[in-house]
Amino acid sequence: MQIFYTDVLCIGAGLAGERVAVEAAMAGFETICLSIVPPRRSHSSAAQGGMQAALGNAIMGDGDSPDIHFQDTVKGSDWGADQEVARIFADTAPIVMREVAHWGVPWNRVVAGTHTYYKGGKPFEAEEKKEKHGLIHARAFGGTAKWRTCYTADGTGRSVLNTLDSKCLQYGVTIHDRTQAEILIHDGENCLGCIARCMRTGELRAYFATATLIATGGYGRCYSATTNAVICDGGGQICALDTGLVPMGNMEAVQFHPTGTVPTDILVTEGCRGDGGTLLDVNEHRFMPDYEPEKAELASRDVVSRRMTEHMRKGLGVKSPYGDHLWLDIRHLGVKHITTKLREVYDICTNFLGVNPIDQLIPVRPTQHYSMGGVRTNRDGAAYGLKGLYAAGEAACWDMHGFNRLGGNSLAETVVAGRYIGKQIVKYLKGASVNFTSAALRDAETKLNERIEDIVSGRKGGENALELRAEMRETMMENVFIFRNGKDLQKAVDTLEELHDRANRIALQSNIPGFNPEMSTALRLQGMIKLCQCTAYGALQRTESRGAHTREDFPERNDKDWLNRTLAYWKEGSNMPTLKYEDASPYYELPPGERGYGGGKIIPNELPKKKFEVPKESLENLKEAKSKG
Amino acid sequence: MNRKLHLKVFRYNPDDPKSQPRMESFHITEYDSMTLFIALTQIRDEMDPTLKVDFCCRAGICGSCGMVINGRPGLACHTQTKDLPNEITLHPLPVFKLLGDLSVDTGTWFRGVGTKIESWVHSNDAAFDPADEEMRMENEVAEQIFELDRCIECGCCIAACGTARMREDFLGAASINRIARFYIDPRDQRSEDDYYDVIGNDQGVFGCMGLLGCEDVCPKHIPLQDQLGIMRRMLTLNSVKGILPKAVINALKHKGCCHEKH
Repeated sequence: MQIFYTDVLCIGAGLAGERVAVEAAMAGFETICLSIVPPRRSHSSAAQGGMQAALGNAIMGDGDSPDIHFQDTVKGSDWGADQEVARIFADTAPIVMREVAHWGVPWNRVVAGTHTYYKGGKPFEAEEKKEKHGLIHARAFGGTAKWRTCYTADGTGRSVLNTLDSKCLQYGVTIHDRTQAEILIHDGENCLGCIARCMRTGELRAYFATATLIATGGYGRCYSATTNAVICDGGGQICALDTGLVPMGNMEAVQFHPTGTVPTDILVTEGCRGDGGTLLDVNEHRFMPDYEPEKAELASRDVVSRRMTEHMRKGLGVKSPYGDHLWLDIRHLGVKHITTKLREVYDICTNFLGVNPIDQLIPVRPTQHYSMGGVRTNRDGAAYGLKGLYAAGEAACWDMHGFNRLGGNSLAETVVAGRYIGKQIVKYLKGASVNFTSAALRDAETKLNERIEDIVSGRKGGENALELRAEMRETMMENVFIFRNGKDLQKAVDTLEELHDRANRIALQSNIPGFNPEMSTALRLQGMIKLCQCTAYGALQRTESRGAHTREDFPERNDKDWLNRTLAYWKEGSNMPTLKYEDASPYYELPPGERGYGGGKIIPNELPKKKFEVPKESLENLKEAKSKG
Repeated sequence: MNRKLHLKVFRYNPDDPKSQPRMESFHITEYDSMTLFIALTQIRDEMDPTLKVDFCCRAGICGSCGMVINGRPGLACHTQTKDLPNEITLHPLPVFKLLGDLSVDTGTWFRGVGTKIESWVHSNDAAFDPADEEMRMENEVAEQIFELDRCIECGCCIAACGTARMREDFLGAASINRIARFYIDPRDQRSEDDYYDVIGNDQGVFGCMGLLGCEDVCPKHIPLQDQLGIMRRMLTLNSVKGILPKAVINALKHKGCCHEKH
C-alpha cells in the first residue's frame, strides 16, 4: 500500500476543505486534499444564493452590524446554537468576505442611485448611497433583519469555489481527486490520517497526517428526495463515527428547503424569495401572509417548509403525478432580473422542468436540504474524542446553526470557519509532534480489508446494497421528515436497525478488476444507515419541537428539558447509537426567547445568572480572531 | 408516449486486460422529464452496477457528466431524452484520459492547464488588511468577470475542438476563457507581456483554427469565441506596440471591444 505523509490532510475539497487548505498552505505547511470529484465539482459549486456577512453597504442593509447578524443567527437556530461560535462567525464574516474579494471573487457591487426591488410581489424603490458605490452589495434572505447576503448573481458557490481552488493551485496544495476516504487511522487518542480508496484504480492508499480535517459536506443522500449532489453521502461523518470515539452532534436537526423543484428535487435559490418571489397555492392564492403576516415568504426555512406542508395537507396543493406541490412565482421580477441575477434558476427551470419562469410558475415543495448535525467539534473546530482531528462546514457540528440554519449562513460558514479553524490547525501544528505508528495503520487496514473481503466474497450473505439503500431512503422520507411523531420515529428506528443488520451481509453483484462503482455504495451503506439511526433515534428521544425538528406530539419548544445538544456515539459492535447530552451553549449572550416568527409555545428554563456572562477568555479569543495574525 | 429507449453505451475497462472496447445495448422505458442522468442511474441501479459514469450535482452546475451524446459533446444531466431519438449513442469525451466506460479524467487535465496558465489572480496577498474596507469595483466589471467565471470545466469545449484533437498541448477554449477572466479583472497585476508568455503561441490563441465547435457545445453558453478574439487582438496589438503609434493602438484596442483592461 502506498503511504503519503503530510502536515494537513483535508478530507473533502469543497469550500470549507479548500479554505482550511489555503490557510495551512499559506502558513507553509504541506497540505493534501482528498476529494471524490475534482474540487471544482464539489457540491459547494451548486450553491446559488449567497453568503451572509454584516457589511451594511446596501441601503436595505444600512445600520447592519455583526450584533444583529449574531441575533438573527441565534434566533434562527431556535436557541440551539453555541453562542460563542455564532459570535465568532458573525464578527469575522465581513472580514472573510473582503478577503475572498481581495483574492478574486467578483461579488456584485453597490451601484449608486435608485433601483426597483420587489417584496411580496409588489415593487418598491430604494436609493443606494453615493459613498457606498463599488462596495460589496447584498440581497435579502429569510430570517434576517437586514439585506445581508453577499452574492455573485446566483452562482455564488461557483465563483467562490473557483477563487479558492485557484488559491490552492497558487500555494501548492496537493489535490488527490477521485479519492474516497474510507477509515481513519488512530491510536485511540490521536487521529493520524486515513486510508482512502482510489476511484481510478480501486487501490487503497494510506495518508499519515499530523492534522486531519473532515469537510465532506452533508448526508442528504440518506433521503430519497434531496437537493444534495449524489456525492453527499456523509462519508466524512461515517469515518469519524466509526472510530467509536467521536460523537455526532444534533443529528436529528435536518433542514428541509421550501423550494426544491418537482419532480427533479433540484434546488432553486432562496434568492428567488429574497428578491421578491412569492409562494402560491392551487388557486394561485398567496398563502404565506395568512400564516406569517410579518415575514411571509421570508420567515426562516423551517417555518416556511412547515407552513407549506400544512397548507398542502388542507388540500390546497397542486396535484401532479409526482405528488402535491405548490407554486413559486417570480414572473413579476421581469426578464432582465431573471436572466441575470437568477440565471441559474432560469436554466434549471428551462432545462429540467420545461418551465419558463419569465411567464410560468415554478412547481416546488419542501425537500431535504441541509444537515445541521455532524462531527461535533469545539469552538476551535477540533473534534471531540480524538486529538488532531478537525471538522468544518456542513460535515461539522461546530454549531452556529443549532436546530435551523438561515439561508446564506452555511455558505458563509464554509469560508469563515475555514479561515478560523485553519488558523487553529496552524497553531496546533506548530506545537504538535505525532508518532505515526505502523500498529495504528495495520489496525485500520485490517478492519477495512475485512470489510472489503466480506463484500467481495459474499461470505456473510447476499444482500444487495442498492436495494438496501432504497429501503433506507424511503424509511427516512416516510418517518423522519418535516413533521415527526413518536410512532413513526419508533418505526424508523426499528426498520433502520434491521437494515443495519442486513448491511452486514452485503455482497457485490459483480466483481470487476480495478475501480468498481458498486463497491463504493457497498462500502458506504452501513455507515449511511448508522447516520440515519443517529438521526431517527435522536429525533425519537427529543420530545419537543425546536427549529427544523418538529414533533406533532410535542409541539412546544421545551427549554426546561431540552436546551441541549444531542451527542450520538457509536460503540464498536453495537446495533444502535448511544446518546448523551450537553448544554446547547457555554453561555447565553442572547437569553432564550421568542424568534418573532413561526409561533409555538415555549416552556421556559430558569438558567443560573452565570450563564448570561461572556467569559473574558472568549472575548480575548474573539479579538484575536479578528486580528491580522 | 412511454417510448422504449435503446441506449448504446461505450464500454471498456482499462484495468481489465480481457476487456475489449465495445458498444453495449440497454433498453429502458422513457417517462416524463427523463434526463440522461435518470436513464443512466436507472441502468446502473437496475441492470449493471459496474457502469462507470460520472455524476455529481445532476443539475448542470458541476460539470461532471460531460459525454458525447449522439455524436455531440454535452452534459448528460441536462439532456432530456424527449429531445433525442429512440436510439441514443453515448461515448466518453475524447482528448481526456479514459478511466472506463463513459468516465474520463477531466480533473488531472484541468489542473495541468491551470498550473500552466497560472490560473489565479496575481496580486499581493500580504496587502490584505482585515480592518480596511474592500477595494471598490464597478458592478458592471464584476458582472463581466462572473460571466466568464461561470465556466464549469465540463470539458465539452475541449472535446469539440479540432486543435485539441490534433495537439496534446493545446490549452483549449476553457483555459483561454479563464485568461480572459483574469485580463479584465482589475485585481490581477499581470501585464500584457505576461499574458503573451502564457497564451501568445500555438498552444494558446494562435493554435485555434476558428471552427467554433467550442462555443457551439458550451452548456453554459459562455461567449468562448469572443474571448479568443479579444485575447488575440490584445496580443497582436501588444506585439506591434513599438511599431504603430500609440494613438492608433488605443483606437484599435477600444474598437468594438467591451473587455479592455479596466
